[in-house]
Amino acid sequence: MSLTASGIHAGYRGRRVLHDVSLTIERGETVGLRGPSGTGKSTLVRVLALLHPPDSGHVTLDEQRIRGHGHRVPASVRTRIGVLFQSPRAAADPRLSLSDLIAEPLRAVRHPREQITGRVTDLAERAGLTPDLLDRRPHAVSDGQLQRACLARALAHDPDYLLCDEATTMLDASTQAHVAAMITDQQQHTGMGVLVVSHDPALLTRWTDRIEDLNTETAR
Amino acid sequence: MTLLNIDGLSVRFRLRDATVQAVSDHTFAVRRGELLAIVGESGCGKSVLAHALFGLLPRNAEVSGRAILDGVDLIGCGEKRLAREIRGRRLGLVPQSPATALTPVRTGRRLLAETLRAHQRDPALADSLAEQVGLDAAALGKYPFELSGGMAQRLVTALALAPDPALLIADEPTTGLDRPLVDHTLDLLRRRCDSGGTVLLITHDLAAAERVADTVAVMYASRIVEHRPAADVFTAPAHPYTCALLNALPDRAFQPIAGHPPMLTALPAGCAFAPRCTHADGACATLPAGPPVACHHPLVTEAAA
Ligand SMILES: Nc1ncnc2c1ncn2[C@@H]1O[C@H](COP(=O)(O)OP(=O)(O)O)[C@@H](O)[C@H]1O
Ligand code: SF4
Ligand SMILES: [Mg+2]
Repeated sequence: MSLTASGIHAGYRGRRVLHDVSLTIERGETVGLRGPSGTGKSTLVRVLALLHPPDSGHVTLDEQRIRGHGHRVPASVRTRIGVLFQSPRAAADPRLSLSDLIAEPLRAVRHPREQITGRVTDLAERAGLTPDLLDRRPHAVSDGQLQRACLARALAHDPDYLLCDEATTMLDASTQAHVAAMITDQQQHTGMGVLVVSHDPALLTRWTDRIEDLNTETAR
Repeated sequence: MTLLNIDGLSVRFRLRDATVQAVSDHTFAVRRGELLAIVGESGCGKSVLAHALFGLLPRNAEVSGRAILDGVDLIGCGEKRLAREIRGRRLGLVPQSPATALTPVRTGRRLLAETLRAHQRDPALADSLAEQVGLDAAALGKYPFELSGGMAQRLVTALALAPDPALLIADEPTTGLDRPLVDHTLDLLRRRCDSGGTVLLITHDLAAAERVADTVAVMYASRIVEHRPAADVFTAPAHPYTCALLNALPDRAFQPIAGHPPMLTALPAGCAFAPRCTHADGACATLPAGPPVACHHPLVTEAAA
């Protein structure tokens, strides 16, 4: 079973960024993706996360071909793919406390209310967030603390695939190693497939099973 | 010669039912021409330190101690004097979140030209400043909302450099940049110090500090726990926390430090690293003296002297 992008052409308002790009992430494996900036790594992540419609080509999730993108994809499909972006500030609603942030994807699918608190506590603890941080809003925590909350949120539905777009680039060494360890731990329990986009060769070599290059031949 | 002299600097935030101790009792000096890197886990107080020096703390912050920059106390001199005499020519800041620091209605070129003019420098320098930080002419013509994160980062760096500040505080100046640009920016800071400038580089990126710093101050839970020459810190760390942090690097052990940092709302009376430290014993219940190494059992003994 895999999350696969096949023959993807994609871009923004006429500017083609990806040109016939294919990539497969099997369940249980960790794939590294590297390439110079501007080659479309983040665009590919957004296509795989069903957030950005390709101009042509398609995404398949466990042999099922996905049609449409964003909210037109049923929640039961969307929640099987988690995404973690580089900038937690850009990805987090500044009005929500960290615990509401983590609970957001659960509330969105009307998860039983009495289970949400316990689930949030468990996710927050695994992400290394101390209880005093959970009532704070994003402006009163540091980037690393906020990224841990975003990781907890991305894992809220136990996704089958997790896409990390430079997700540890702005984190300190210990937080980076902790985030990687938490993802690997989750992977060992659920067998999820992981994509790691990074500029750091040491990180990719250490963390991933294989490394794919997105270069200017495949992406324009 | 000393340019910045920090003495007993502390910052705390009053929340409704708790107090966050974000910077605890920092005492250190920065020489002219020195590149001092401040490193540490996220949330340890690095940005709060930068904001305290630049006078940018929110209302609920309480600051004590002194930070004398070239004869002027940055903590006590007041917002008016900071705005009129200090920020710009004497003290520059590259802020951590570039996107929120930029005025949205002006292009990069105009922002740069205005900053140059405000500090009696030739506005025509805008393009060469942009080139120094690796921003091309096309990007300079754009409005902030049209810039990528990395471009905005380079623009705020150029803006901080425009008045040619005696001390530049750069808070995570390589955020959003890819590898070649990270190195380009770091080397720019290094050259600045080599030609007499002074830089306080705040970074979570140990490799960045190793590449360019003369001295490194390692911060843990609001305190500076080790402050020594960069070469010593990276080859023979003396504080168990420094050692553990280096071991977390992917090209070393890739081993996260067990447990988490203490809540800054409830710092222990003794060494804050004790619950995570494999060398802790009864002595660690009292606060160790230092820097250079704030530890009762330093790994490199001569360093504590
Ligand atoms: N306005 C504020 N009110 C309360 N706590 C704050 C505020 N700003 C920052 N903090 C807290 O101060 C600590 C230090 O934060 P920060 O300096 O941003 O860390 P770093 O830059 O080292 O990652 C963190 O625990 C953070 O949650
Ligand atoms: S003082 Fe004690 S607990 Fe703290 S770092 Fe040193 S040995 Fe470890
Ligand atoms: Mg910071």
